[in-house]
Amino acid sequence: MKEYQTITEISGPLVFVETDEPVGYDEIVEIETADGQTRRGQVLDSTSEHVAIQVFEGTEGIDRQSSVTFLGETMKMPVTEDLLGRVLDGSGNPIDDGPDIVPEERRDIVGEAINPYSREYPEDFIQTGVSVIDGMNTLVRGQKLPIFSASGLPHNELALQIARQASVPEEEEEGEDTEFAVIFGAMGITAEEANEFMDDFERTGALERSVVFMNLANDPAVERTITPRLALTTAEYLAFDQGYHVLVILTDVTNYCEALREIGAAREEVPGRRGYPGYMYTDLAQLYERAGRIKGQGGSITQIPILTMPSDDITHPIPDLTGYITEGQILVDRGLNSQGIQPPVDPLPSLSRLMDDGIGEGLTRGDHGGVSDQLYAAYAEGEDKRDLVQIVGREALSERDNRYLDFAEAFEEQFVQQGYNTDREIDETLDIGWDLLSMLPEAELNRVDEDDIEEHYQDDVEAEVTAD
Amino acid sequence: MSQATDTTVREDGVIESVSGPVVTARDLDAKMNDVVYVGDEGLMGEVIEIEGNITTIQVYEETSGVSPGEPVESTGAPLSVDLGPGMLDTIYDGVQRPLEVLEEKMGSAFLDRGVDAPGIDLGRTWEFEPEVEEGDDVETGDVVGTVPETASIDHKVMVPPDSEGGEVVAIESGNFTVEETVAELDSGEEIQMRQEWPVRQERPTVDKQTPTEPLTSGQRILDGLFPLAKGGTAAIPGPFGSGKTVTQQSLAKFADADIVVYIGCGERGNEMTEVIDDFPELPDPQTGNPLMDRTCLIANTSNMPVAARESCVYTGITIAEYYRDMGYDVALMADSTSRWAEAMREISSRLEEMPGEEGYPAYLAARLSAFYERAGYFENINGTEGSISVIGAVSPPGGDFSEPVTQNTLRIVKTFWALDSDLAERRHFPAINWNDSYSLYRDQLDPWFAENVADDWAEQRQWAIDTLDEDGELQEVVQLVGKDALPEDQQLTLEVARYLKEAWLQQNALHEVDRYCPPEKTYRILGAIKTFNDEAFDALDAGVPVDEITDIDALPRLNRIGTTPDDEADDFVDDIESDMTEQLRSLY
Repeated sequence: MKEYQTITEISGPLVFVETDEPVGYDEIVEIETADGQTRRGQVLDSTSEHVAIQVFEGTEGIDRQSSVTFLGETMKMPVTEDLLGRVLDGSGNPIDDGPDIVPEERRDIVGEAINPYSREYPEDFIQTGVSVIDGMNTLVRGQKLPIFSASGLPHNELALQIARQASVPEEEEEGEDTEFAVIFGAMGITAEEANEFMDDFERTGALERSVVFMNLANDPAVERTITPRLALTTAEYLAFDQGYHVLVILTDVTNYCEALREIGAAREEVPGRRGYPGYMYTDLAQLYERAGRIKGQGGSITQIPILTMPSDDITHPIPDLTGYITEGQILVDRGLNSQGIQPPVDPLPSLSRLMDDGIGEGLTRGDHGGVSDQLYAAYAEGEDKRDLVQIVGREALSERDNRYLDFAEAFEEQFVQQGYNTDREIDETLDIGWDLLSMLPEAELNRVDEDDIEEHYQDDVEAEVTAD
Repeated sequence: MSQATDTTVREDGVIESVSGPVVTARDLDAKMNDVVYVGDEGLMGEVIEIEGNITTIQVYEETSGVSPGEPVESTGAPLSVDLGPGMLDTIYDGVQRPLEVLEEKMGSAFLDRGVDAPGIDLGRTWEFEPEVEEGDDVETGDVVGTVPETASIDHKVMVPPDSEGGEVVAIESGNFTVEETVAELDSGEEIQMRQEWPVRQERPTVDKQTPTEPLTSGQRILDGLFPLAKGGTAAIPGPFGSGKTVTQQSLAKFADADIVVYIGCGERGNEMTEVIDDFPELPDPQTGNPLMDRTCLIANTSNMPVAARESCVYTGITIAEYYRDMGYDVALMADSTSRWAEAMREISSRLEEMPGEEGYPAYLAARLSAFYERAGYFENINGTEGSISVIGAVSPPGGDFSEPVTQNTLRIVKTFWALDSDLAERRHFPAINWNDSYSLYRDQLDPWFAENVADDWAEQRQWAIDTLDEDGELQEVVQLVGKDALPEDQQLTLEVARYLKEAWLQQNALHEVDRYCPPEKTYRILGAIKTFNDEAFDALDAGVPVDEITDIDALPRLNRIGTTPDDEADDFVDDIESDMTEQLRSLY
């Protein structure tokens, strides 16, 4: 390993070094400053005469005399089952005063793409106990389903509730342990938020089955670009080598993207939309696509990334590109939140693409799909009527329209509203759905099968509403 | 990837710099678009720029750890695909490496680097049956024999486009591998089943004709309102979650094409897995054989190397052209062309080219139009007729159709299926907006529908369009004053339009009957709604209040026609029509 003292330029998170030996692309670099500190970085650009290095821990204190060592390998994550229960920093070093980690293996953190031919299609229903998710945006094992939120909204509470309650009822009946191992990757969140997560993990004993990676708001921004990769490399090892069902929570992807933009700007790249790099889609895909299942292997990786939409704008490049890669999204809504609905998830713009294969007869219940579609259609109709009622008033609306208005209100208060500590079985969720649908005239229910109407529709509810 | 031919590899360059998928090499003797092998691991790449002594290469694999000074070898040949029997029922990556073979070779579910595999199995034998005899004269493109490639498709072995042709001096039936000679010509030329063709070059044809036959899709809104022609081009733009992929997959499943080439370009891995799982199970509505028998899949998911994403649409269309040459109707789905455009943008920005609109390269429009122009209804060089229909999904950022990829695509394609997030949110699927979408093929396809489905196909469709238009205008008023403030006849129109939307335009892609609706049934459902319309307005004229008209119990059954099995649908519609008529007439 050759040491160089030939730094020619330092600019933002980047350091340029003249070299006389070839250096591999993506290779890891150690830079020692005059006061003896060591910083790590990664090669972004390599030519036969000089290389560009992105320094994870920031460039403060580096000068022309700092010595640069190329380690001759790409970034690796030491993996072992013993990582469960540990807390690491954003670069993968333990910060919990625990024993040293003795790795089974050191894995490249970039990760290779899963061969689409080798994937197993996800279709195991995960019961999160949250009605609006289980009933209308069902999560399945191996899915990547982000939470689209915004500043000031309780996305963390929702993520924690899912992490606490997630189970696979089908396998539980067979006596299997379906508890998830949780990998938590924090990118640039505040210490307070981090405490919220850690307290909950400790309170519920979930920490034992968790690996926590912490890059906090005051940690170096560039480090954020490797934190999720370390987390996912660990997840892959636990899932596909050790057979765990892993739930990966990444928060906050927005901070990750800001770090990408910072590096792009420092490299003077041609920017894409809103200054984010043109390769952000590919980069995000390399994170999100690491969710899934593999044929013939027991484990799985389910991802719940959290992102905060700048100014609640779903067309902003970060949620937009994410939505194009992930298999749906759960949308946390400001309006519902101010109404006090917990969790304030707006089902209309939310979506789970893998829902249809995870529900139905033998998986959840035969009427699940129909109930979900009917709730969607009815709530959308009710929302429309709300716009109208603003203008013409309730009296001017027909009886049918009034029914839909009542429905929308009851839907929010009984179906969506449940509190962060209520764990609802899927049967309960669907039954609440039927209670609500029974507020509407039977003839309006065109998305559910006639047999299901026969079985679940309650005529008396209709009568009650009409009597008012 | 075609690599079966023995190309003399020359070791002649060294890497100068590495930056992501873009590598430059010094002293490399190569032509533009030549395939090269990069570095000690031999990663596959393609020459995209030559400047002085420096050659720029886009690499189809991950370049971590590759360093300057490593060798670069040129094959002297452009990126080509292997063409021959065995492409159907196969799934490839963006440079035609079969993913099943890669899994075997790598011994892992993860895609490793530096592993290559021929596009078609060189060891497998096929049963060759001659179509010509010794002494016959054959010309370029002529069919010399056939091979049963799958239960659905006879593969035609053709004289390659670069051959002169001549008199057949030896030919016999038997089992051959794709590299063995199946026919010999007097010129000494030997014909094998396997051909090679550079992907960026169009395969030759005689003439492009005006398409007159529809590519029926079994989707009511498409066949009924916005039909696509065999040999036509269509774009499906829409924000995420609006159902692009579901629509593309429905087309791949039910379109009446002979061959389907499905390109998953920069999309989700699980979606491709779904296709791989579903297609062998689902029957082809035309032949009853598994759908995979007519399908070739190309999967370059979003996390696979970006340069291979750039090339995957070319790989796909070249395979489509080869089957077209046999006289087949081919449908090609590209999901999504935006990812392809973004791959161009990414490579272009690494080359530090001057960007055009939104960072896309200035040649974006030219590349898009050149690609779509490879679609069409063709007269082939062997005298047969074949077609390629191209259906491209577009993923506009933020669902904004004014962005460059959507706009440049719309300038080329003649059918536009606009997906709408508002419809998707209320679970109206397919979420194709009937006001914004269009098809410029309507007029040229009407004679076919008149002849094969019903004489008044075009008039009935026009009635539906008019009613939906009127509904659109009335809805704006309803938003302001409420429905009850409208006159009765307009309320009735709204009700008719509601059935048009719910019973006709909506279709459940997951329901085993409703997912495929033959054109005859599409016509009957619309007819039933029109019957209601006509009878209802008669009743209204006779003084019956609109509430009573819409309250008849035959009416909600309109919504059930779609899910009624095709062989019972005719009787079911007859019943509804007579019940509706009877019930309405009894009101006055």
